[in-house]
Amino acid sequence: MRYLLGLVTGAVAAVLVFFSAAFSLALFFGMDAELKLGVALLLGGVLGLLAAAVPPEKERLWPYAVLAALGAVLALPFDPVGLGPLWSALLGALAGLVAGYGLRDLDFASGEVLELLGLRLLRAAGFLVFVFAVVFPFWAMLAASLKPRAEFLQDPANLALPLGKPLRELLEGYRAVLFDYNFLRYIANTAYVAVTTMVLTLVLSVLGAYAVARLDFPGRRLMERAVLLTYMFPAIVLAIPLYAIFTLLGLRDTLSGLVIVYLAQTLPVALYMLRSYFETVPASLEEAGLIDGCSRFEVIWRITLPLSLPALASVGLYVFMIAWNEFLFAFMFLDTPEIFTLSRGMVALNSQEVPYQYLMAGAVIVTVPVMLLFFWFERYLVGGLTAGGVKG
Amino acid sequence: MRRGGLKAREARLAFFMLFPTFAIVLLIVIFPVVADFWIAFKDIKLGDLRPPRAVVIERVKKRPKAPGDELVVAYRVENRTKNPVLSTRFSDPLPPGTSPKALPPGCRVAAGALSCAVPGPKPGERKELVVTLTATEAYFAAGKPNPRRTRPEVESRAKNPLLAKPFTLQNFLRVFKDPEFWPMLKVTLAYTLFGTGLSILLGLFAAQLLAVRFAGRQVLRGLFLFPYVAPVIAVAFVWVFLLDPFSGTLNALLLKYGFIQQPIPFLSQRYFPVHFFGLTLQLPLALTMVILFEGWRYFPFAFLFILARLQAIPTELYEAAKVDGAGVWATFRFVTLPQLAGILATLFLLRFIWTFNKFDDIFLLTGGAAGTETITIKVYDYAFARADLGLGAALAVVLFFILALFLTVYFRYAPKGEV
Repeated sequence: MRYLLGLVTGAVAAVLVFFSAAFSLALFFGMDAELKLGVALLLGGVLGLLAAAVPPEKERLWPYAVLAALGAVLALPFDPVGLGPLWSALLGALAGLVAGYGLRDLDFASGEVLELLGLRLLRAAGFLVFVFAVVFPFWAMLAASLKPRAEFLQDPANLALPLGKPLRELLEGYRAVLFDYNFLRYIANTAYVAVTTMVLTLVLSVLGAYAVARLDFPGRRLMERAVLLTYMFPAIVLAIPLYAIFTLLGLRDTLSGLVIVYLAQTLPVALYMLRSYFETVPASLEEAGLIDGCSRFEVIWRITLPLSLPALASVGLYVFMIAWNEFLFAFMFLDTPEIFTLSRGMVALNSQEVPYQYLMAGAVIVTVPVMLLFFWFERYLVGGLTAGGVKG
Repeated sequence: MRRGGLKAREARLAFFMLFPTFAIVLLIVIFPVVADFWIAFKDIKLGDLRPPRAVVIERVKKRPKAPGDELVVAYRVENRTKNPVLSTRFSDPLPPGTSPKALPPGCRVAAGALSCAVPGPKPGERKELVVTLTATEAYFAAGKPNPRRTRPEVESRAKNPLLAKPFTLQNFLRVFKDPEFWPMLKVTLAYTLFGTGLSILLGLFAAQLLAVRFAGRQVLRGLFLFPYVAPVIAVAFVWVFLLDPFSGTLNALLLKYGFIQQPIPFLSQRYFPVHFFGLTLQLPLALTMVILFEGWRYFPFAFLFILARLQAIPTELYEAAKVDGAGVWATFRFVTLPQLAGILATLFLLRFIWTFNKFDDIFLLTGGAAGTETITIKVYDYAFARADLGLGAALAVVLFFILALFLTVYFRYAPKGEV
């Protein structure tokens, strides 16, 4: 039983390693990889048998080394992914490690060993699938933005980044989109809208949240709930009357009109998030300030806000992201190309019969700022996302 | 200071601090909803947003040859909009050296300028006012200026069609009589239900993967949030590109590895026959793809909440389960799942409502074609593609009532303290 489990686990581990390696090397790097299934099964079986004989344990790690070395040596003559000795050795060693990892710390006599092995397999497959599903589209976006149509169409299943080309040629899509299709302007417009929305939302929601958190007035919870309820309203229902009203007021085709709509979309949840945070700031600190003769606004400025910087960062980032990404209202409201935001500009680009390379370059340009912000401030942003449950 | 005085002052201060937020929410959210109901009961087209007004076009009919001759100018007052104008007034300075000879009714000359007032015109109506002037020496001395050099200043009085049009039930009748109404509701329900379910299932799975501590977990958590924080316009276009039947990577991959013999137009084919144990099922292909996109894009949302909740489960519970001899599945089923029940229910309701409200994703992926037209897409289609605001607003009102139903359920059953 023990060795049968080892055999199967090792084979599955090797197939997972070789298959995912061959598949991603071919797809993402354009390598001429193939999967030799028989070799993978055989090699994995041998490694699995060995791992079952001396499974690695917490206090006994040397089997990993043996398995890796053996995997590398055994894979060499068979060339399991068809990419030559270096890749064979590397992936063979990896297969050995994974087989060992799959069979680690196992009590083969226990009744739940099958359950445990199944779970480990599921986890391994889960990681591969999720990482692939997330990386694939973004990688494809980048790859397609760097290749002219003809080059891409030669083999759409090859998403290798053509990094060997001269820089000018490589970045042709970006040059065209930024300068010929005016995306430089759209970046500025989008940044203006997003930053304005962020600043105004922060100012207004700090005031409102402070009032709800600290001041005593009748019906404050009810009011907060009512404001939050508006968060559930579908944008498309608001779109028709807002379109009509803004057209009559002359606000429709303006960036200010857009900012007002975004304010309404972000204020309720910003208020809610900040209110929860303000309630964790001890009121006694503020009372001390009040007794020392500060006014309410001085107390907010000097005591509450410095203590709430993480929450302000979360809310600010979240609002910026919403405003930067917004599509529907930008699409419906803006007609004048000079004031397009990036979302609106992308739609315009899409309808102009431009090559997909340009469209993907545009997509990268829209995405990169959000991603950079996200990585720099991930901690805050995650805080904002969970606290507010960003609408989407 | 008396307590009551302090209280009143605090309430006043709170009012001022909350006022801007309330004003904006009231103006941009509450008021539009009310306006939706108003528009829904009127026959208002997109073109009605142009304020009705008249244009005045000036033509010279007869030019003088010598002093004392007639200079005849015709003013055409025209209403090119679809709504009536109550009255129109315009004024135009007379060319120097001319004096009025014959004026149509409603016109008079004062201080060297002609001013006229006419009733109407009705939509599409044209009225011609012919003004006859006498040209003097001074006119010729000034070099025979063309009367058209000065443009008439026009001022129209009209009722705003948004207010003026009569109330009608026509829009609602047309919404319910549309043969696509019930299919559209079915599509909406399928999209909402399966999209919500899929995103939560995937989120639950992803959260389970990252629930244990290991090197690189933070990086993976960031990575898993990508689909959610990226701009919808970018990810939707990328998927359209990847799913393209001719140049799409996904089709190329499936062809390359021999899964299919012909490319599949994933986003533009309504049904796809699936052979299953001798039965042939008609899989609604485009709808399935849209649902898969929904699952892909929103699993991070569920993932984030479930992960946070998972990490808050006390370890004693797991230790106790271990002591009791519970296996992996039993531990998940009887320890983890009950602990997650609250957050899962909340997530389901929240995502259900938001998916139901969702517009951008389908609009950008398929534009509502090939059996993916949900109620929000239809609202857009009515109001803007068909330029019929009233009809769109009527459907929006229907949408609003369905949503109100969901919200009632949400506030009744959402566990307190979650989200």
